[in-house]
Amino acid sequence: MKHNLTIAVASGKGGTGKTTIAANLAYSIGYNVRLLDCDVEEPNSHIFLKPEIVSREKIGVPVPEIDESKCNYCGECGRICVFSAIVPLKDSIITFPELCHGCGGCSLVCPEKAIKEIDRETGVLEIGWSDKIEFVQGRLNIGEAMSPPLIRAVKKHVKKDGITIIDAPPGTSCPVIESVKDSDYVVLVTEPTPFGLNDLKLAVGMVRELGIPFGVVVNRATIGDRCMDSYCLKENIKILLKIPDKRKIAEAYSRGELAVNAFPEYKYIFEELFSLISGEILEETEYKL
Amino acid sequence: MKIAVTSQGDTINSPVDPRFGRAAKIFVIETDSGETRVVNNMQNVNLTQGAGIQAAENVSHLGVQYVITGHCGPKAFRTLKSAGIKVVVGAKGTIAEALEDLKTGKLTSSDNPDVEGHWI
Repeated sequence: MKHNLTIAVASGKGGTGKTTIAANLAYSIGYNVRLLDCDVEEPNSHIFLKPEIVSREKIGVPVPEIDESKCNYCGECGRICVFSAIVPLKDSIITFPELCHGCGGCSLVCPEKAIKEIDRETGVLEIGWSDKIEFVQGRLNIGEAMSPPLIRAVKKHVKKDGITIIDAPPGTSCPVIESVKDSDYVVLVTEPTPFGLNDLKLAVGMVRELGIPFGVVVNRATIGDRCMDSYCLKENIKILLKIPDKRKIAEAYSRGELAVNAFPEYKYIFEELFSLISGEILEETEYKL
Repeated sequence: MKIAVTSQGDTINSPVDPRFGRAAKIFVIETDSGETRVVNNMQNVNLTQGAGIQAAENVSHLGVQYVITGHCGPKAFRTLKSAGIKVVVGAKGTIAEALEDLKTGKLTSSDNPDVEGHWI
């Protein structure tokens, strides 16, 4: 059984049960484990783990500030910026900080050293404890579109010792990739419906592109059809777990209760899921050898 | 006086392109000499962000005093204003008709963008 690894819980389609899996998995492991909620646009694992937050830190993205007395409007900064965040004109220069991705290119290329980087606040990093589970989440400011810098700040808390569970955002775009990359294993949570399958295929494509071993958890497995089984069989994808569609699980969820707390008999399911994942990673490592 | 008009075609009788940032072409006319040229704007049509800013930056190199278009968003407007260019929105019909409307005062320059940005 592996004791040091990072497991990201992702999905294609939203609402399939990532947080359910991530929170219950972290809780079932119980010690020497941390949960990083990287769904910074709407972090919700705190509803189930109910952590006590002990520290808060404002996180920002570096954006350019120009000393126009030094600027000669050469246009080098505008040429390197792919986001149109800095716009040199004939005899004036303007910036659009909300478009800036903080790459630092403009200040690097400025021949007059007229650009310095200042912080534009995008959200808050919160750290706390839920019993013996270390808890870290990012909360993006309302109206903010720039998630990856805050996700990177959350991911700084991935540690080499113990288990790190990452609750990723839904989908397959930049914030998801930022959350999932460098993990040892990805759990893709899906539901056995046409939408679920369509979005799972996209997520599988993403994880394969990242080269991370992965497996599938089918949530609410008793609804829909057998499309998920056929697809996974054809693609040689391991289905780690199937959770039935039970009203009482949904009811516990709606009360903000962990499934394994409401129904302690389910704890073994998540312990088994963790064994399977550890086993999968061991298998991969041995195969590579 | 030099004027830029967003255009769907290559001539003065082409319809005005209602968008600024993602206009197909920019029709430029020097009203004193009657000299015209057409600048392609297609490189901005598919940008995910900054189309308006890029179009405005391109226009700022043309030496125009006015831009006539259908609509102009906040980032393009700010860029044009920083370049000292007056923005005229609400243009309809052909380029020739829009130029006439500006001449007669039916269209005038705006102090503000007339539409929201698309994304951020």
